[in-house]
Amino acid sequence: MTVLTPVLSANWDTERSWTLEAYERSGGYEALKTALGMEPAALVELVKDSGLRGRGGAGFPTGLKWGFIPQDNPNPKYLVVNADESEPGTCKDIPLMMASPHTLVEGVIISSFAIRAHTAFIYVRGEVLHVIRRLQRAVQEAYLAGHLGKDIHGSGYDLDVIVHAGAGAYICGEETALLDSLEGRRGQPRLRPPFPAVAGLYASPTVINNVESIATVPSIVTNGPDWFSAMGTEKSKGMTLYSLSGHVTRPGQFEAPLGITLRELLDLAGGVREGHELKFWTPGGSSTPLLTAEHLDVPLDYEAVGAAGSMLGTKALQIFDDTTCVVRAVLRWTEFYKHESCGKCTPCREGTWWLVQTLARLEKGEGSEADLEQILDQCDNILGRSFCALADGAVSPISSSIQYFRDEYVAHFEHGGCPFDHARSTLFAPAGVTA
Amino acid sequence: MTISANKSGVSTGSTADGQVERTDLVTLTIDGIEVSVPKGTLVIRAAEQVGVQIPRFCDHPLLAPVGACRQCLVEVALPGPDGEPRTMMGPPGRVKPQASCTLAASDGMVVNTQVSSPIADKAQQGVMEQLLINHPLDCPVCDKGGECPLQNQAMSNGRGESRFVESKRTFPKPINISAQVLLDRERCVLCARCTRFSEQIAGDPFIALIERGALQQVGIYEKEPFESYFSGNTIQICPVGALTSAAYRFRARPFDLVSTPSVAEHDACGSAIRVDHRRGKVVRRLSGEDPQVNEEWITDKDRFAFTYARQADRLTHPLVRDEETGELRAASWPEAFIVAARGLRAAGPVGVLTGGRLTVEDAYAYAKFARVALGTNDIDFRARAHSPEEEAFLASTVAGSGLGVTFEDLERANKVVLAGLEPEDEAGTVFLRLRKAARKGLKVWSVAPYTSRGLAKMHGTLIRTAPGDEAAALEALANDGEVALDSGGILLLGERLASVPGALSAALALAGTTGARLAWVPRRAGDRGAVEAGCLPTLLPGGRPVDDASARVDIGTVWGTTIGHEPGRDATGIVAAAMSGDLGGLLVAGVDPDDTADPAATRAAVEAASFVVSLELRETDVTRAADVVFPVATVAEKAGTFLTWEGRPRPFEKVLVESHALPDLRVLSGIADELGAGLGFKTVEGARAELAEIGPWDGARVAAPVSDSTTRGGSATGGDGLRLATWKQMIDDGSMLDGDDYLKATGRAAVALVSAATLAGLGVQAGANVTLTGPTGAATVPVGVADVADGVVWLPANSDGINVNRDLGASAGTTVSIEGGAA
Repeated sequence: MTVLTPVLSANWDTERSWTLEAYERSGGYEALKTALGMEPAALVELVKDSGLRGRGGAGFPTGLKWGFIPQDNPNPKYLVVNADESEPGTCKDIPLMMASPHTLVEGVIISSFAIRAHTAFIYVRGEVLHVIRRLQRAVQEAYLAGHLGKDIHGSGYDLDVIVHAGAGAYICGEETALLDSLEGRRGQPRLRPPFPAVAGLYASPTVINNVESIATVPSIVTNGPDWFSAMGTEKSKGMTLYSLSGHVTRPGQFEAPLGITLRELLDLAGGVREGHELKFWTPGGSSTPLLTAEHLDVPLDYEAVGAAGSMLGTKALQIFDDTTCVVRAVLRWTEFYKHESCGKCTPCREGTWWLVQTLARLEKGEGSEADLEQILDQCDNILGRSFCALADGAVSPISSSIQYFRDEYVAHFEHGGCPFDHARSTLFAPAGVTA
Repeated sequence: MTISANKSGVSTGSTADGQVERTDLVTLTIDGIEVSVPKGTLVIRAAEQVGVQIPRFCDHPLLAPVGACRQCLVEVALPGPDGEPRTMMGPPGRVKPQASCTLAASDGMVVNTQVSSPIADKAQQGVMEQLLINHPLDCPVCDKGGECPLQNQAMSNGRGESRFVESKRTFPKPINISAQVLLDRERCVLCARCTRFSEQIAGDPFIALIERGALQQVGIYEKEPFESYFSGNTIQICPVGALTSAAYRFRARPFDLVSTPSVAEHDACGSAIRVDHRRGKVVRRLSGEDPQVNEEWITDKDRFAFTYARQADRLTHPLVRDEETGELRAASWPEAFIVAARGLRAAGPVGVLTGGRLTVEDAYAYAKFARVALGTNDIDFRARAHSPEEEAFLASTVAGSGLGVTFEDLERANKVVLAGLEPEDEAGTVFLRLRKAARKGLKVWSVAPYTSRGLAKMHGTLIRTAPGDEAAALEALANDGEVALDSGGILLLGERLASVPGALSAALALAGTTGARLAWVPRRAGDRGAVEAGCLPTLLPGGRPVDDASARVDIGTVWGTTIGHEPGRDATGIVAAAMSGDLGGLLVAGVDPDDTADPAATRAAVEAASFVVSLELRETDVTRAADVVFPVATVAEKAGTFLTWEGRPRPFEKVLVESHALPDLRVLSGIADELGAGLGFKTVEGARAELAEIGPWDGARVAAPVSDSTTRGGSATGGDGLRLATWKQMIDDGSMLDGDDYLKATGRAAVALVSAATLAGLGVQAGANVTLTGPTGAATVPVGVADVADGVVWLPANSDGINVNRDLGASAGTTVSIEGGAA
């Protein structure tokens, strides 16, 4: 059985873990000193060798991304940390920044040094005010301790870090929309090429990484790439944060090597809500196609989850038990995507508008099997047709739910409405309650 | 099948100046057809080369690609390492159709459009269905119905019946985004053409997309109204009926309209337009397409200002002054011709004032009429401040010089210096071309009193110059290392320089020493044509000098007459001579006394002259005082030619074919016949033929004017006064804008601009009223701050009811006084 490997989360239970003092007591900022003694290019190689892949969902190799920065470009280079964690079910970056903001700040300094950036931005989702305050304080502490600012620890390296609060748009988690938002424009995705590595923030070479990716860098510097790549599976190296939520006994963040299975994670989390069975789950937030109990033993790495017809995504494992109406859950998600569609492109803007209305009709039992074919065709006309991946995520729950739970849709039509007692699926309701 | 410009892999294209451009080509396959296109060509346009129209909404050839509407999706394969094409995929396991409007064609690319790819076809049908779910089915009452890209492409690339049975998004309709432009939000497909045009082309980003998802909409910012001189273009490029003009909304169905290509009459740019009319009335005008001139854009004035032609005071029949009552009365054409001829003959010497709005053919008729029928060289088209120096400049440099600097040259220039010219107000198409070039690196400098909005939008640099000091500023440029004007540079000179002694001479000298090219950009459509046609006291048609004997013989041979060798009087001289009685008669075309250098003198001259013949569109102070009045045709009612500032002939045919209105030349021909000195032509074609026979002058040219600083006007600012800087804004109180109040409402308000120091001295805040007092009167306007020099005040020449010339007796360079508070 795979065991937990707390690295990022190792200090979360220490006293006032978010303070510089607590962080340094547990060895914090030692990696920075090591890194500042290295050549930037060597750091890039180190991260390449570790096999670290982006933890924001797409899994792009982090070191490779850094290597794309054209160092002969005369413009300044920027590091932008995507801390706009907004994916339904996803809850890993925010706890990390809450419990140990210095892990991220140290990662930012090392990563910026590696790509020769002298300004870095942390774009945080605006609603999480408490996290923003902790981050701001952590950055302030880092300045005061000489980890940031001019001539960091006598290395001659200068870096400024700016914590920027977004205004609460899901689309701003899309990296180019994030850049537009950071520049003070409306957050809408940009046309690529040019790619951010060439012309990103202020048309300058820019690396955009997820919080967890950057926060992982200090541990790789400290322990070496071999240590990191010894964890995980062949193509999915290292440890990562899995977030379990929903109908699970002990929800929370579980840091384990890539490749752990949901069955193992559920064991660690005390299993599905007592008295109930697992019905369906998302491997990486609502944008990843649903999986079911038959996928309990799928290794949770990029390859295996892909082979199972879904995506590892953000490793946000939302657990739904047998009290949940899948149609209703999918409708709720679809309403989210409709609300968050930025409006730039037609398939997403109009498609999500239509999907919500169609699904609402189906949930009320006003439909037939022909409607299922039509809504699948609507999804087919959206998936891969939109400007960015938001709409791809929007159709995932619909098409996968029809794939696994077509009978339940049909039951709605036959029942003339939802056959479920929604109160039973709520977490605050005692098991067995009736409406 | 293979379509290729050239087997050698390069295409050759000729540019205007005959140079051959070489372009790298890439070869790709579209729907099985191999085609070679210049590198960088977008797939959507490469497909047009093989005759495939990919449906599109957000794509526009003159706007930067955006890829927003997703209507143009096509299946694309790129050659892999082994050279075999690999279809672009994603999400995993699915072909990912690509937006052909953002994808550049590349070698070996294989494109399958809706013609040959079921996947592309389904993707397009899907997007079309999505676009229609929230689009109202109000085509039968929508202005765009019948000429709507959404309607057309829904027919060609959409399904016949909707599967959407749920609720459409609705909005209250419509809302004004400017006085002229209305927005029906529920019709909008959010292609962002309008917002991109405003930002990229016009530089007026006062509309932007706001909100998100299906509630996204075009919005305005209340504190920065959408006051753009180019806003009408957004209506034309809107691919649905979301943007409409207040003037045209619900006025017509496109299939009931007759469309005629024509040329805009409001400035010297000669923009191609399309005039749509129905039952003898022009109902709207659109931009034509002419890559060499206005590309696909026109000013709002060119688009909307056409209702002047049917105002209540439009003259419809000849008038003669009744001998008994002394009042004007209706007369038949033959009677009016006889009365006019008799009166002109009896009046003694006659002066001719033609104004700046005539077609080349009509101007030629006046030039010939003056010499042949009236036997005089007293003719001048300049209904504005002018000078003998300007005449020498026009004769030596402009007249008969053919096509000089062109719009395309502006794009190729390395630097452009403007002097006495505010292109955004005075030559909108020049402004757009300069802005386009400036976005690609052209450096623009302007010898001007302050950094105008137009100059800022051209990313230009101000050479701050008080009115009257332009000559010195131009002289200084010869030694200006920053501007470093050279043979790649262009000098654009506005007509206002005529009122600055030495300025045109200094510009010529600057061009001579630096090698920069030079062009004269007048304000009015007929100005350049009048120069060529001979509507100047020293110039005969084709730029022939009056005082050149062989030039007179040249023209005399064609006309069958002798031409006086004495140079005539210019407009100021004609006015003075009419007042003093040296001239007994006046023949006046479209001249507004308020435009002239001295409005009071012009009015007095018209009063004083014993016999006045007026050819006009509408009742004016001149027609009211005239003895015979002839109504003439508007540009829509006749054929003609305008010469652009470049010297490019822009012929146009009659739009309102059923109109019986006579062009000026036909009226003049009628009078000339009664005078016994026939013009020799009665039609536009006849005038054209004669002009072609005459051709340009190939003999000795008049010497260029030379001026030195000792003869130049002083630049001393006397006493407490401020020097007035002024020009006409594009949308102002001009009579050519009469009848479209929506358009007028988009004009910029009159504000007196002073320096911060001057404002501080006035003791009022910006926005408060100040009173400007000139030689003959005063006006009260709000005051604002700009980077004008201390001692200078700028005021628009004819906005918000204040005509600087008429009300203050002032023009550019006049000393005026200013004080806080209302008069």
